[in-house]
Amino acid sequence: MDNNIETVFTYRSSSLQDTDALAAAIAAVSEPGMVIGLDGDLGAGKTAFSQCYARHLGVEGIVNSPTFTIIKEYEGRLPLYHMDVYRISLQEADELGLEEYFYGQGVSLVEWSSIITDLMPPRHLHIELKSSGPEKREITVTGIGEPYGGVCRALIQKWGKET
Amino acid sequence: MKTGTGALKPVYILAIETSCDETSVAVVKDGCEVLSNIISSQIETHRAFGGVVPEVASRKHVEVITLVIEEAMNAAAISPQNLTAVAVTQGPGLVGALLVGVVAAKSLALAWGKPLIGTHHIAGHIYANRLVKELQYPNMTLVVSGGHTELVLMEREGEFKIIGRTRDDAVGEAYDKVARALGFPYPGGPHVDRLAREAEVAFPLPRVWLEPGSYDFSLSGLKSAVLNAVNQSKMKGLEPDVAGIARGFQESVVEVLVEKAVRAVREFSAGQLLLCGGVAANKGLREALTLRCAAEGIELIIPPPVYCTDNAAMIGAAAYVKWKHEGGIPLDMVADPGFSLEKWSVSAY
Repeated sequence: MDNNIETVFTYRSSSLQDTDALAAAIAAVSEPGMVIGLDGDLGAGKTAFSQCYARHLGVEGIVNSPTFTIIKEYEGRLPLYHMDVYRISLQEADELGLEEYFYGQGVSLVEWSSIITDLMPPRHLHIELKSSGPEKREITVTGIGEPYGGVCRALIQKWGKET
Repeated sequence: MKTGTGALKPVYILAIETSCDETSVAVVKDGCEVLSNIISSQIETHRAFGGVVPEVASRKHVEVITLVIEEAMNAAAISPQNLTAVAVTQGPGLVGALLVGVVAAKSLALAWGKPLIGTHHIAGHIYANRLVKELQYPNMTLVVSGGHTELVLMEREGEFKIIGRTRDDAVGEAYDKVARALGFPYPGGPHVDRLAREAEVAFPLPRVWLEPGSYDFSLSGLKSAVLNAVNQSKMKGLEPDVAGIARGFQESVVEVLVEKAVRAVREFSAGQLLLCGGVAANKGLREALTLRCAAEGIELIIPPPVYCTDNAAMIGAAAYVKWKHEGGIPLDMVADPGFSLEKWSVSAY
């Protein structure tokens, strides 16, 4: 029943500027109701990626970490729901009613989404950041189902299967 | 538009706070005298529900709100007809959590025929200082908590201007994340504070000042520097110098906070420096600020720990200022997760 096809794109970033270019490309093809999960160790650059993404989605002003507040809402070209489930459990996340955001009119960007894998919609875009040096990051973008496969295909068209 | 009451007679405000982890209700007289301040995580009845912290889920607030209201009214020994108004945290916070407090406050205001005062959570933290001392204007507040790191100028009572804020992680959050990197469970900020004070030598870590003249803060680079230090030790097969790193981190954070706060006090001719938020309990920060302010001749106010973390007494203190200048607001008020502090400023001037 869950036959959502995964499309994978691997991006090697050697600076924040590179990461910004990836965030810009994803923001450019973002649509209402999209859900993006972000994972990676502490300091891998999840919030840095979110800041780049938010700016390219047209959010003005400072976008800072939502770890404590869990959800921060912003207005850009689309509404942006910036979430961080780092400090809560799966059960607590469930009781928060995140699905109202996931199925809303904006983009949901979820840091530490692997904590709530069971709550994430079956179709979403998953971004994994791995440190491969102080500045270097290996970023794996996985589109699960559509339209997320399309996002990955747009990235592959721009950069090739791997950068 | 001046609709305020001027607050001539004693004003008793019932205040409700449910913006995040705590369900809290207080009764505050004249914005400075706490008659009661009940916080759900501290009361016995809450245990019957197996309450867990954090109470981010609105269901948890719903379970205890009526009990906490009742306990606050009993502890203050006040009857509803003697209350002047009902205040509630309108934002910022989690919408589901805020809604519980807002609906409770509206219901009480309607049932008791009392005015409603929507209150800003950070204004509450700032006015926690009024529970300790009379405030002078202009003053400067350093807000340091798990979710906020800001320098706020008040030129007049109830008029807020954010002159600096974090561009990435909040101070409390950086502490908790560094604690995790050093092997402590969440929330581990207090462990870092304690370790830092035990270490003999500080591991050298950078200070992040940003552009000259900026009052903004940035903590993610420092967090990354800590992670690099830990990882490099591990790659060499050595145990990281946990205490030394904790001290290096604490010294870096505290030096930048103190320096920017003192510079802001000078530039804006503030008569007092106020500290607030959960990280105000950090001993390293308290000591450094106390020493520096004494040397500079700046009056420093730090509320006791119970008024530093989330509580409703501080909401009662801030609501009093709003009440004095503007009175109540209509019952169709809505919870606002992204409530702006500057826009909440009193407009009566």
